[in-house]
Amino acid sequence: MKKFERLTAIAAPLPLINVDTDMIIPKQYLKTIKRTGLGVALFDEMRYDANGDEVPDFVLNKAPWRDAEILATGANFGCGSSREHAPWALEDFGIRCVIAPSFADIFHNNCFKNGILPVVLPQAQVDALMKDAEQGGNARLTVDLEKQVVIGADGTEYPFEVDPFKKHCLLEGLDDIGLTLGRANEIEAYEARVAAERPWV
Amino acid sequence: MSPKTLYDKIWDAHLVHEDEDGTALLYIDRHLVHEVTSPQAFEGLRLAGRAVRAPERTIAVPDHNVPTSADRAERIDDEQSRIQVEALDRNARDFGVTYYPVSDVRQGIVHIIGPEQGWTLPGMTVVCGDSHTSTHGAFGALAHGIGTSEVEHVLATQTLITRKSKNMKVEVTGQLPPGVTAKDITLSIIGKTGTAGGTGHVIEYCGEAIRSLSMEGRMTLCNMAIEGGARAGLIAPDETTFEYVKGRPHAPKGAQWEAAVAWWKTLRSDEDAHWDKVVTLDASEIVPVVTWGTSPEDVVPITGQVPDPESFADGKAEAARRALEYMGLAPGTPLSEIDIDTVFIGSCTNARIEDLRAAAEIVKGRRVKEGVRAMIVPGSGLVRAQAEEEGLADIFKEAGFDWRLAGCSMCLGMNPDQLSPGERCAATSNRNFEGRQGRGGRTHLMSPAMAAAAAVTGRLTDVRELS
Ligand code: SF4
Repeated sequence: MKKFERLTAIAAPLPLINVDTDMIIPKQYLKTIKRTGLGVALFDEMRYDANGDEVPDFVLNKAPWRDAEILATGANFGCGSSREHAPWALEDFGIRCVIAPSFADIFHNNCFKNGILPVVLPQAQVDALMKDAEQGGNARLTVDLEKQVVIGADGTEYPFEVDPFKKHCLLEGLDDIGLTLGRANEIEAYEARVAAERPWV
Repeated sequence: MSPKTLYDKIWDAHLVHEDEDGTALLYIDRHLVHEVTSPQAFEGLRLAGRAVRAPERTIAVPDHNVPTSADRAERIDDEQSRIQVEALDRNARDFGVTYYPVSDVRQGIVHIIGPEQGWTLPGMTVVCGDSHTSTHGAFGALAHGIGTSEVEHVLATQTLITRKSKNMKVEVTGQLPPGVTAKDITLSIIGKTGTAGGTGHVIEYCGEAIRSLSMEGRMTLCNMAIEGGARAGLIAPDETTFEYVKGRPHAPKGAQWEAAVAWWKTLRSDEDAHWDKVVTLDASEIVPVVTWGTSPEDVVPITGQVPDPESFADGKAEAARRALEYMGLAPGTPLSEIDIDTVFIGSCTNARIEDLRAAAEIVKGRRVKEGVRAMIVPGSGLVRAQAEEEGLADIFKEAGFDWRLAGCSMCLGMNPDQLSPGERCAATSNRNFEGRQGRGGRTHLMSPAMAAAAAVTGRLTDVRELS
C-alpha cells in the first residue's frame, strides 16, 4: 500500500450528498478481474453521456480538476454496497484523499485498506474548502496526516480526528498483509511446531 | 483444564497470535481458490511483489463460470467467464499452486474435490472465497468463506485475521424414517431456527441421527450451515470419517496415518463443555420437505400446502407475500399439485456419488415426464466417472436426463445453465433466492430423491409414493 504523509494537490468540489458506491462505480464493472484500471469508470454515470462521451460540465472533466488528488464532497459519501471497487476506482483515478462531513462505515474502512485518507470535517469547513476548490489550480490544498490538519488556500488550518492505529498504518504504508508479515517470526514458529507435532498437515 | 468444545480445540490448535481485544491471527491449513473471487487477490500479490506463502496448501479449480457441455475445454463463449478462467490458469501456474484445470478429470466443484482428493482432513482450518466452504466441516475441520481482501491475506501470509465465534449445538436425536435424507435434516433445521438462527456462532451437529449419516450426508448437512446463518458447521470425526479419508491421494499414509488418527480421536467436545445456544430435533419427526418461497427457511413438508402469508408474524408476512408473488403460487395450494418445468440435480450440496445413487434408485425403470427438462451435473469428473462405471449414467440417460460435465452449473446463474423467467425448478442446490438460478427463475429446494421423483411425475412429489 502507498504511504500517505503530506499531500499538496488540486481538490475537486463535488457538492452532492449520499454519493453511493453505484455512483462511484456502476455494477457492470464488477465482473472485472482487475482492481487497477477502474479509474476510467469512476463516477461513470455523471462523467459520461449515453454515447460514452465526456459530460463537459462534470468537474473531473474540466481543467484543472482532471488532475485532482483530493475530493471535497457532501455527507454520507460511499454509502451502498461493501464492494472494494469504489476505493479501487478512486485510487486508480488518482484521488488520495476525500474530505466530507461524514462517510458510510464500510467505505470509510475500505479507504484505509487502499491507501486513501478519508477526512471528516464539519459541514461549514467542508463548504469553505469547496469554495477554495472552485478556484482550481489557484488554490491547492494541503493535507498533513502526521499533524492531522487540512490547510486551506489562505493558510487556514482545519484540524481533524483519525484513528491512531489507522493513521499509523497509512503513514507507514502498512496494509493488513504488511502488518501480519511483521509477525513472520511467530508464523514460522507456529509452522515449525506443527511440523513436529502434526507432520501430516 | 477447562472443558472445551470441538470448535474451541481446533481454534486453539491454530492460534498464531491473539491480541487482548480478541483479534486473532489464525493459521490456515488449506486454502481453496476458484476463478470468481481470486483474480484481484492474485493481482494484489503481483502489485506488491509478494509470493504465495504456502503453495502446497493452496488448491485452485475453476467451477462457477465453466459450462458443463462436452465441448467446454475448447471454448467458453461468454467473454467475462473465459477471461476469469484464463486468469486462474495463469495465476495457478505463476504462483505454483496445485491446479485442476477444466481438462483434468479431477476437476469439479471446489467443495467436492477438496474432500475427494484428501485435501480436507479432520482438525484442519479450511478457507475459500466462497460461503459454502462450510461443507468441509463434515470432517471436523473448521471451514468457512472469506472475502477477496482476505483471500489475498491468506495467500500472502497463510493466516487469517479473525475473531472467535460462539458455540452452538444442534442435536438430532433418534433415527431418520425411510425416505428422509440429510437434505431434509438440514432444511428442517433451518426451517426451525431461521436463516439468522446461527448468526455469530459455529454450529456443532451431534446426536444419533448425525452419527448414522455417511460422509456424503454430513457434507450436505454442513454445506447449508451458512444458510442457517452460522459462521461454520462441524461434525466430530469418527470411524465413518477415517474410513472415507483413508487412501485418498493427499491423506496421510503409514505411521503418519496412525499418528493422525490418534490426534483426530481427541477431536470431540468435552462432556461438560459450555454451549452458548442449544437446539434439539427429533429425527423420527423429520419428513421429506421442500421450500415454497425465496428463502431457505421457507420450508414445508411435501405433504403440506403453500402457507398463507397472513399466518406469519410481524415482518415476515410482507416478505411471504412478495415471495409468493415471485414464485407464482397461491396460498393453500397442496405442494404436490405444483407442476415443474426443470429438474436440477447437482451443486456442492448434493452432487456426490451417494446423491446420484439415491436419484437413480427412483429413476430406474421410469421416464422423465414429457416436457420436463431434467439435468444431472455430477460434482466432479471423478464422481461422473464412478457413476458411469456403476451404470447410473445409463439409467439417467435412458430415462431422458441430460448427463453433463462437472461444475456449479444451475446452482447459480453465472454460466450457460440457467432458468428462463417464470420457469419452475426442482433443485438439489442450497439457495432459492430471487434470480439465483437465472433471472425470474423459481426454485424449490429438496433432496436428490425428491428431485428425481419430481422429474418422473412433472410435479413436486412425495418420494415415498414412488419408492
Ligand atoms: S455449487 Fe453453488 S453453492 Fe456450491 S460453490 Fe458452486 S455456486 Fe456455490
